[in-house]
Amino acid sequence: MNLNELTIKQAHEGLVKKNFSSVELTQACLDQIKKTDKKIHSFILITKKEALEQAKKVDKKIAQNEQIKVLEGIPAGIKDLLCAEGIKTTACSKILENFIPPYDCTVIKKLKENGLIILGKQNCDEFAMGSSTENSAFGPTCNPWDLERVPGGTSGGPAAAVAANESIYSIGTDTGGSIRQPTAFCGIIGLKPTYGRVSRSGIIAYVSSFEQTGPITKTVEDAAIVLNAIAGNDKLDSTTSPKDVPDYTLNLNKDIKGIKIGLPREFFEQKELDPKIKESIYEALKVFEKLGAKIEEMSLPMTKYAIAAYYIIAKAEASANLARYDAIRYGEIKNQKLVLSEVEGSKIKNLSDYYLTARESGFGDEVKRSIMMGTYTLSAGYYDAYYLKATKIRTLIKQEYDKAFEKYDALICPVSPILPFKIGEKVEDPLTMYLVDAFTAPVNLAGLPSLTVPCGKIKMEKRAKEYIIGNGESLPTAFQIIGKHFDEETILRVGHNYEKAKKTQK
Amino acid sequence: MQLTIKEVEHVAKLAQLKLTDQEKEKFTKQLSSILDYVKQLDEVDTKNIKPINQIIGLRNITRKDEINKKETEKLLQCAPNVEERYIKIPSVF
Repeated sequence: MNLNELTIKQAHEGLVKKNFSSVELTQACLDQIKKTDKKIHSFILITKKEALEQAKKVDKKIAQNEQIKVLEGIPAGIKDLLCAEGIKTTACSKILENFIPPYDCTVIKKLKENGLIILGKQNCDEFAMGSSTENSAFGPTCNPWDLERVPGGTSGGPAAAVAANESIYSIGTDTGGSIRQPTAFCGIIGLKPTYGRVSRSGIIAYVSSFEQTGPITKTVEDAAIVLNAIAGNDKLDSTTSPKDVPDYTLNLNKDIKGIKIGLPREFFEQKELDPKIKESIYEALKVFEKLGAKIEEMSLPMTKYAIAAYYIIAKAEASANLARYDAIRYGEIKNQKLVLSEVEGSKIKNLSDYYLTARESGFGDEVKRSIMMGTYTLSAGYYDAYYLKATKIRTLIKQEYDKAFEKYDALICPVSPILPFKIGEKVEDPLTMYLVDAFTAPVNLAGLPSLTVPCGKIKMEKRAKEYIIGNGESLPTAFQIIGKHFDEETILRVGHNYEKAKKTQK
Repeated sequence: MQLTIKEVEHVAKLAQLKLTDQEKEKFTKQLSSILDYVKQLDEVDTKNIKPINQIIGLRNITRKDEINKKETEKLLQCAPNVEERYIKIPSVF
């Protein structure tokens, strides 16, 4: 097994036993990136020098028999939405093309305290708006299982990189499915924590009331390890919860006998759901039955309104959050030097011209559409009909989940109604792209934690022309386990039990 | 719900976005279809339902507003046009 194929747990054990060094581990990932990333395009920036320097420091500690933390010396990729001090952070937008943050976001700060090695910044949809990573200003990422297909989005880069063994783990963000859907499309693990579990401070904002940052990993245990490092209250983010952070790895191996799992009928019966995905999840449920879980169909009738409410709220918040990009205090504007010198022929006569030029050249299509939509629904005369209505629907959706969790410990349902689609297939019609989020967005409306777990492969009608992993004949499928607020422990335990059972099955 | 080009132009003005004629036409069509789709929310009776914005119920969390002088210089470096520690912008009018 190559070093870059290891899990966090395995890599840590290898480092402690001095089977290999952090430099070797980091180099293995960098070599893989060099070998495969021209085709996948997970990374938009590779910080090779810094990564190797950091790895050397960890190796020194190990050589001196100092104890190292579990994430120490393990190389990871970071979605380009998280500010990292001194490392270009762009949100995959032209308007931030040369932005170098003066500080670390809280998540990176915490990971650095745990010995993080940053391999680089990973591709995503511009400002995390999209479902396929096609909206990146720096070009799309390709799915390593079939390079003609999307890796999902918006954390497409982070997910594809872990699947292709370019990084041991990645950090992504999830606004309406942006961790869960790409990890489903790439056949790996992704966790969206409860709203307020992980700090959003220093992470470029799209929908402040939905977003959470979380781990993208090869195993459920690795996700628990990363969550341990990044969870917790942060005085820089007033929406983080003061609740204690448990050790998420502690109860992973506890069995799940008698645990109550609900299957929301509205998800499984939706006509857009690919019957093959449905079948793969029913197969997985047999494993849960064997493990002693009690599985029962149940109903969440408000589900059908989730996408409409989600997109009203999302685009409204987006239009407010993106008002700050004016290329004055930071950011890019085309021919910036020309703009302010009173050069003849400059079209910019005043401040308003400056704003318009910066935003015209800086924002991509979906970002402009989002700002337009949000500005419209928040404008005079429409606020009550759209935004207020949507936030009331949000209350009803939350109440429905609250009630469901009085009876069930977790819910299991599909992540995406469809398998990874072809690049370019849906870009022309924004509404069909939005509907891809039908099973993930409700979870963000309710602020719940949810874990993507892969459950096999589905044979494609036509073989992939080119691929990096797999055999070109099939695509991954997955389910998600939704939990109660702040009960990441249960969904991780349920996921880990399934993963273990599947392994012994093989 | 059919938006007009005029409405799209008005919204673009509010949002400080300059759109090409092609974009105006495209957005008019696309936004109309999205608004049609979200209109289904009208089916739901939301009388007496309170809106929700803070999903985990936190209220009035405050902290001291402290100045971090260390960051000032670094922040100034982010600005594209600085003169004598002032950020330079075009004339307002």
